[in-house]
Amino acid sequence: MKKVLFLALSSIALMASGAIEGEVHKQPLNVSAIIMFLVFVGATLGITYWAAKRTKTAKDFYTAGGGITGFQNGLAIAGDYMSAASFLGISGLVYLKGYDGLIYSIGFLVGWPLILFLIAERLRNLGKYTFADVASFRLKQTPIRTLAALGSIATVILYLIAQMVGSGKLIQILFGLPYELAVVLVGVLMILYVTFGGMLATTWVQIIKAALLLAGATFMAIAVMAHFGFSLEALFEKAVEVHPLRDAIMSPGGLVSDPVSAISLGIALMFGTAGLPHILMRFFTVADAKEARKSVFYATGFIGYFYILTFIIGFGAIVMVMTNPQYLDAAGKIIGGNNMAAIHLSHAVGGNFFLGFISAVAFATILAVVSGLTLAGASAISHDLYANVFRRGRVDEMQEMRISKIATVGIGVVAILLGIAFEKQNIAFMVGLAFAIAASANFPVLFLSMFWKNLTTRGAVVGGSLGLATAVMLVILGPIVWKQILGFEEAIFPYKYPALFSVSVAFLSIWFFSITDKSADAEAEREAFEAQDIRSQTGIGAEGATSH
Amino acid sequence: MILTKEAIEHIKHNPKYQMLVQKRSKFAWTLSIIMLVVYYAFILTIAFDPQLLGTPLKQGEVMTVGIPVGIAIIIIAFVLTGIYVRRANGEFDDLSRKVKAELEAELAKVVK
Repeated sequence: MKKVLFLALSSIALMASGAIEGEVHKQPLNVSAIIMFLVFVGATLGITYWAAKRTKTAKDFYTAGGGITGFQNGLAIAGDYMSAASFLGISGLVYLKGYDGLIYSIGFLVGWPLILFLIAERLRNLGKYTFADVASFRLKQTPIRTLAALGSIATVILYLIAQMVGSGKLIQILFGLPYELAVVLVGVLMILYVTFGGMLATTWVQIIKAALLLAGATFMAIAVMAHFGFSLEALFEKAVEVHPLRDAIMSPGGLVSDPVSAISLGIALMFGTAGLPHILMRFFTVADAKEARKSVFYATGFIGYFYILTFIIGFGAIVMVMTNPQYLDAAGKIIGGNNMAAIHLSHAVGGNFFLGFISAVAFATILAVVSGLTLAGASAISHDLYANVFRRGRVDEMQEMRISKIATVGIGVVAILLGIAFEKQNIAFMVGLAFAIAASANFPVLFLSMFWKNLTTRGAVVGGSLGLATAVMLVILGPIVWKQILGFEEAIFPYKYPALFSVSVAFLSIWFFSITDKSADAEAEREAFEAQDIRSQTGIGAEGATSH
Repeated sequence: MILTKEAIEHIKHNPKYQMLVQKRSKFAWTLSIIMLVVYYAFILTIAFDPQLLGTPLKQGEVMTVGIPVGIAIIIIAFVLTGIYVRRANGEFDDLSRKVKAELEAELAKVVK
C-alpha cells in the first residue's frame, strides 16, 4: 500500500513539475514540428504587433482595456489553466495508473464552480488590475499590498521555474533543441508578448493555444474511439488486457489513501486555484460582473471537456503505445517517460505530421502559461509595489507602465536564469509549494476581505504572513524536500500537502488578530465594509471597460 | 456613480437590495455546498472504500462504477456553473439594475 501511494505521489510530482523530470536525451530534429511551431510563433508575434498598437494606457496593458468578452475570457482562462503539465502529466498518469488520473483531474476542476459562486463577481466589482486592489480595498494600502505582492511574486516565480525547467526538457525531446536554447527561447518570446502586447496579446496567445489544444486533443480522442468502434467498453477491455496492473487500472489505486491527505489535497487545489494571481487577474479583463460569470461557465466547460479527453487519450495510449515496440526502449519502457504517452499516441494515430502538430501545441501551451504568469508578476511589482506602496499612488500612468515593462523583462531574465540553474534539480515540490502559498496566504486574505466585516489590517497581515510561513515550512519539512531532496531518513512533517494545516493557521490567526484589534483604524476599517459590500454586490462604482 | 453616505443609507434600507443580497447569497452558498459535498463524498470514498468505485458496472464487464461517477462529477461541476450564471445574469442582474435606478431617482430628488 505504501509503495503504491509513493508511486502515485511521485507521478503527481512529476506531472506538477511541468512534464519531464530527470535526465532526458536530445532527440533528432523534428522538422514538421518546428515548421508548425514557427507558424504559431509568427502568428502570435503578428498578434503582439497588432495588440501593441492598441495598448496605450495602463488599463490596456493590465486588463486589455476590460474589453474581452466572457466567451473569449473563458477560453483564455482555460488556456491559462490547461498547462503542458496537465495535458502531458494527466494523460501520463492515466497511462501509468488508469483511474487515478481521473481523480486528479476532478480535483483540478472542482475549484472553478466555487470561484464562480463566491469570488468572481465580487472580484470584478471591487478590483482594477490585481487581486491586491480587492484585498486592500478598505484596509491599509502599504502593508496589505506588500503582503499580496510578495504572495503573488512567490507564487509566480515558483510556478515559472517549474514551467521553464519542464519546457526546456520537453523541447529537448520534442524538437531536438539544446536545453539552454529552449529555455532562452521561451523566455525571450514571453518577454516580447508581454512587454509589447500586454494583456491583449497574452489573452490572444492563450485563446489560440486553448483552441489548438482542444482541437488536437479532440482529434486524438476521436481517433482512439474510432479504433474501438466508439465503444468505451471495448477500449477498457483491451487496456485491461495489456496493462501490467490488469483490472486495477479501472479503480482507485492509492492516489489518496488517508483522509488527511485527501482533504489537504482538495483544499490545496480548490483554494490554491482561487489564490493564483494570474488566474485572478483574468477577471479584470472583462467589462462587468455578468461577463466575469460567463467566463467561468465557459472555462469550466472547456477544462472539464479537456479532462475527459485526457482520460480517453491516456487509455488510448495504454493500448496503442504500450504494445508498440516503436515507442518503447530496450527495457520495454516508454521512450521519454510516462509523460510522453500523449505525444507518442499522437504519432500512433496521426503519423509524423500530427506528432509535429501536437509537439507544437505543447510548446505553444508552455508559452501561453508563462506569459500569463509573467504579466501577473509584473503587475504585482509595478501596480502594487511601485505605484501604490513606493509612490503611495502618486504616479502617472505612463511611468507605471514603463515600470511594468521593465519588471516584465526582469522577471523574464530571472526565469531564464533560474530555469537554467534548476535544470538538474528536483523541482517537483515547486508547483505544490506555489499552490500551497496561493491557498494559505493569498486566498484567506482575499476571501475574508470580501466576506468578513471584522477583518482588519493587523489580522490580514499577521494571518497572511503566518499562512505563508507555515506553508513554506511544512513543504520544507515534508517528504519531498526533507526526504527526497535533502536526503534525511524520515520527513518531520508526514504529509505532502500542507494546505489543510497552513490554511487553518492563516484563517485562525487572521480571525484572532482581527477581533483583538481595538485600534481606531480597525474600527474605521470595519465601518468601511458596508460601502465595499454594496459595491461588490451591485457593481456601483466598479471599473468599467474602455472602448476601442 | 459614487457611493456617498446618503447613497449607502438609501441602498441599505432598499427592500429590493436586501432581497437581492439575501437571495443571491443563499443561492451561491447552496450551490457551493452541493459542489463540496459531491467532491468530498467522492474523495472520502476513495480514502475509505476504494473498492466501491472499483465494482463492475455490470456483471462480466470491465467498466467500473467509478468511471461514470467521475465523469458525472465533471458534468455536475459544469451544470452547476450554468445554473448559477443563468439565474445571476437574469433574475439577480434585473434586481440589481432596479436597485440602481431607484437609487438614482432618490438621489436626484435630494439634489432638488
